[in-house]
Parts: sequence; structure tokens; C-alpha cells
Amino acid sequence: MRFLSYLMSGLGLGSVYAIIALGYTMVYGIAKMLNFAHGDIIMIGAYVSFFALTRFGLPVLAAVPAAMAVCTVLGVLIERMAYKPLRQATSLSVLITAIGVSYFLQNAAQILWSSSTKVFPAVISNGALQLGELSISYLTLVTILTCVVVMVCLTLFINHTKTGSAMRACAEDKGAAMLMGINVNRIISLTFAIGSALAAIAAILLCASYPQVFPTLGSMPGIKAFTAAVFGGIGSIPGAFVGGLLLGIIEILSRAYISTQLSDAIVFGVLVVVLLIKPTGILGRKLSEKV
Amino acid sequence: MSDTSKTPILEVKELGIDFGGLTAVNDLNLQIYDREIVGLIGPNGAGKTTVFNLLTKVYKPTRGQILFEGRDTAGQTVVGMNRAGIARTFQNIRLFDKLTVLDNVRTGYHNSVRYSPFTAVLRLPSYYAREREIEGKSRELLKIMELDQYTDVTAGNLPYGAQRRLEIARALATGPKLLLLDEPAAGMNPQETENLMQMIRFIRDHFGIAILLIEHDMQLVMGICERITVLNYGMMLAEGTPEEIRSNPAVIKAYLGE
Repeated sequence: MRFLSYLMSGLGLGSVYAIIALGYTMVYGIAKMLNFAHGDIIMIGAYVSFFALTRFGLPVLAAVPAAMAVCTVLGVLIERMAYKPLRQATSLSVLITAIGVSYFLQNAAQILWSSSTKVFPAVISNGALQLGELSISYLTLVTILTCVVVMVCLTLFINHTKTGSAMRACAEDKGAAMLMGINVNRIISLTFAIGSALAAIAAILLCASYPQVFPTLGSMPGIKAFTAAVFGGIGSIPGAFVGGLLLGIIEILSRAYISTQLSDAIVFGVLVVVLLIKPTGILGRKLSEKV
Repeated sequence: MSDTSKTPILEVKELGIDFGGLTAVNDLNLQIYDREIVGLIGPNGAGKTTVFNLLTKVYKPTRGQILFEGRDTAGQTVVGMNRAGIARTFQNIRLFDKLTVLDNVRTGYHNSVRYSPFTAVLRLPSYYAREREIEGKSRELLKIMELDQYTDVTAGNLPYGAQRRLEIARALATGPKLLLLDEPAAGMNPQETENLMQMIRFIRDHFGIAILLIEHDMQLVMGICERITVLNYGMMLAEGTPEEIRSNPAVIKAYLGE
């Protein structure tokens, strides 16, 4: 029974990782870049929802769209200003720029809101659902449910709409997509918009479980979610989902049964092992050379 | 010969491009009229695909002008050219291999049916109506191109000939007025080439568009083109009807050597 409840909290944490990992994997799949500033978008989302809830006294259901809106605009702006001018540059330049954007956001947050930790208000009631001996907190339930809803919506969007087809087309061959009249720049913007909106959702879920807001709050979840994306096969949306959930479960179980201090090391160790055995990640596709 | 009193749909004037010191295409003049099938031939490396890349703005010309429907296209982007009405296929097939046949065609319709991001986000009824409209049109196009039995197959798994037809279908989905076909018969057997010729004629008649094609298969070129332009070393060697080209000594020399 205890194992089951660990498993549930692992799924809860994993759901947050999965939502963040979707941002990494979509941007990688379409823009072929690693957006290391993605974690800091989460941080901005956390601050926006913090102020929305405390200073403006908005209800949670209004704070979520507010944070999503701000993060979406921010994500698109970052792409336009920092990454778009580097479309023709080597991937290393883009990667370093992303790291620069990450530091910029962290320092901007420090200047604007100081480095002191703010306490995030409780947004989801503390209760738990009792299923016999197993108790699952409402927070865990809401988190898992949100992740499932996000996954379903995103999958439907990607697979069953014209814009979704255009996104998959861009992921495969941007040159051919352009010649078919697809505005590749707009598709990339859209990808950043979706990823950043998801980061805002993840921010609120994250702060609901770990109620502290500080300028570097996005770093660790960001790296973990990136790991989850690589773990599942970067570029693959189901991969981000599977990778995120597995990572959350591994983290919680190793925290519970092995060592709290070592849990992060174990998580990253698992990544190393997976990449040794299957370099493209669990659901990653093999890269085929175009002739 | 074509009716010269009309304005051509495409008019290329003294077009040229240099790559570094190498002149790939020079002093090319070309007119294509409405509903005309024109061939662009020449030995390997003559600059034929470069001409397609110039017409679609993948390359920016060093010299000269491209007029489409009488308008100068200088400063147009790749996407802009496609929206203006030029679509193409590729010599080495560039389908979206991981997408289904239906989705490949749907990407082509990306421009022709529009809705605002607002409609898409809110999933307004008009959004679904348009998505259905695209699907209907796509299926119709697949039927025309004899691809309807492959609708849900991943494009990368199609037989070769079907991949070539799908590239044409995807290009047609963008609603072109001028279709550029880059070696549509490459790798096809004589029977498939014969079918392709009929299909190209049918496309011209059914969609009422002009077609410019690059091809090495002389049976196809001579069989369906109304006019032919011959390129050699990036320069125009000859221009005329199939009969004129067939008996042109310069063309024979370029193809056969001395």
C-alpha cells in the first residue's frame, strides 16, 4: 500500500515533468534547438501566478490563464528577439544564446522581485481521496489529470488539425514546408507559444506542491524535464510524456527506498544508462539520412 | 505556338545567378502562357533545377527579372511565391515521410483555407467546418491522383511511383497557377511514364494551370510539351516546339557530343 502511494506521488511529480518536457521536445522537434531558457519561463509563470493570487487577489482559475498569457507572450518574444536572428547560425550559437537568455531571466527576476523566497499560497485544498487504505492527495489527482488533459489535447491538435500537420511537416523538412506555402516562422512562434503556455501550467502545479517562489526555481525542474525529454526520445511528444512520468516515479521511489540525497544522482544515472542502451531515448526515432 | 498577344503567366527576363565565381544560369529568357505545358531540358549540370530554385525564390537571382502574372517578384519570399501561385515538386522526392498521405496533402492546403489563431484556440464551430473542408478537398485530390487507396499510409512507405504522384498532389493542394515538376518521370518504367503523361495533361485541363517540367525522358518531353527550352552550361541553347528542338543541330551536338 505504501508502494502504491509512492507510485501515485511519483506520477504526480512525473506529470509536472511531462508538461515541462513537452515544451523542450516540441521546440527541439520543430526549431531543432534546445531552449535552455524554458525552465526560467516556468519561474516567470510562478511569479506571475504568485502576484495574481496575492497582490491582485485573483482566484486560481483566473491566475492560471493570466500566467499562461504572460508566458506565451514572453516565449514568443524570446524566440523573435534572441533565436530568430540566429536561424542560419550553428546550433552551438543558439544553445549558448539560450543559456544567456536563461541567465538574463533569472537576473531580471532578481532585480525586479529580489532574491528572497516568497511563499506561494495554497491553491488546492489539502484533502485526500481515500480509496480503502490508499490515500491520494487532491493535488496529485489534479496534477495527473491536468497532464492527461494536456496530452490528449496536444495529441489531437498535432495529429488532427491542419496546423498540426504543418507543424509535423516543419519538423521533417523546413525547406519543403516553405515551398508548400507554410510560414515556417509562424509555426516556430506557435511552438514557442504552446511550450510557454504549458510551462505556466507546470509552474502553478509545481508551486502548489513546493510552495516557494525564487528566481532560480525553474533551473532544477527545467533540467529534470529536459532529462525526461531526452529519456523519452527528444522530439517525440509521447516520449516526453512517458519520459516525464518515468522520471517522476524513479525520483520518488529512489527517494523513498534508497536515499533522499542520492535521488537526483539516481535519476541522472538512469538517463546515462538509457542513453547507453538506446541513444535515441525510449520512443525516439532513429535519425535517417536524406539522400 | 502560343498566343503571343496575351501576357504570359510567367516571364523571365535575362535571369542569371552566380555562385561565387561560377555562373550557374545566365541570360535566361522564358515565357509561359496560361494552360501551357513547357519543357526545360538539358544535359546534367545545365542549371535546370537552379532555374526552379530561382523561380521559387530559394535562390535570389544575381541578375534579371522574374515576372509572375505581370508583376515583378523581386523581394518575394519562398512562402510568398507559393502564395502567389507557383508550386513545385522535387527531383529527389521530399515528401513529409512520417506523415500520412492525407496529411501530406493537408499541409499543401495550409494557405488556401484560413482561420485566425483566435478561432483555432477557441475551437469555434467555423474551425471544425474548415478542417472538414480541407479534409474533403484533400480526399478529392487523392482520388484524382489515384492515391485514394493509400490515404492513411505513411508517405515514406509508399511505392515509388505513388510517392511521385503524392508530391504532385501536395503541390496542387497549394492551389498553384503554375506547377513546376522536377523530373517527374525519374525512375519510372515506360508504362508508368505513359500514365504520368496522361496525368500531367489531365492536371493541366482539370485545374486549368500552366506546367513547366524538367525531364530527361525524351518520350515524355516530346510527347506532352508544347514548347521546349534547352539549357546548356546555364545558357539557353535553343527554344521552340518539339519538332524544332528535335532537328536543331546545336541541341543534337550538346546531347550527343560531336
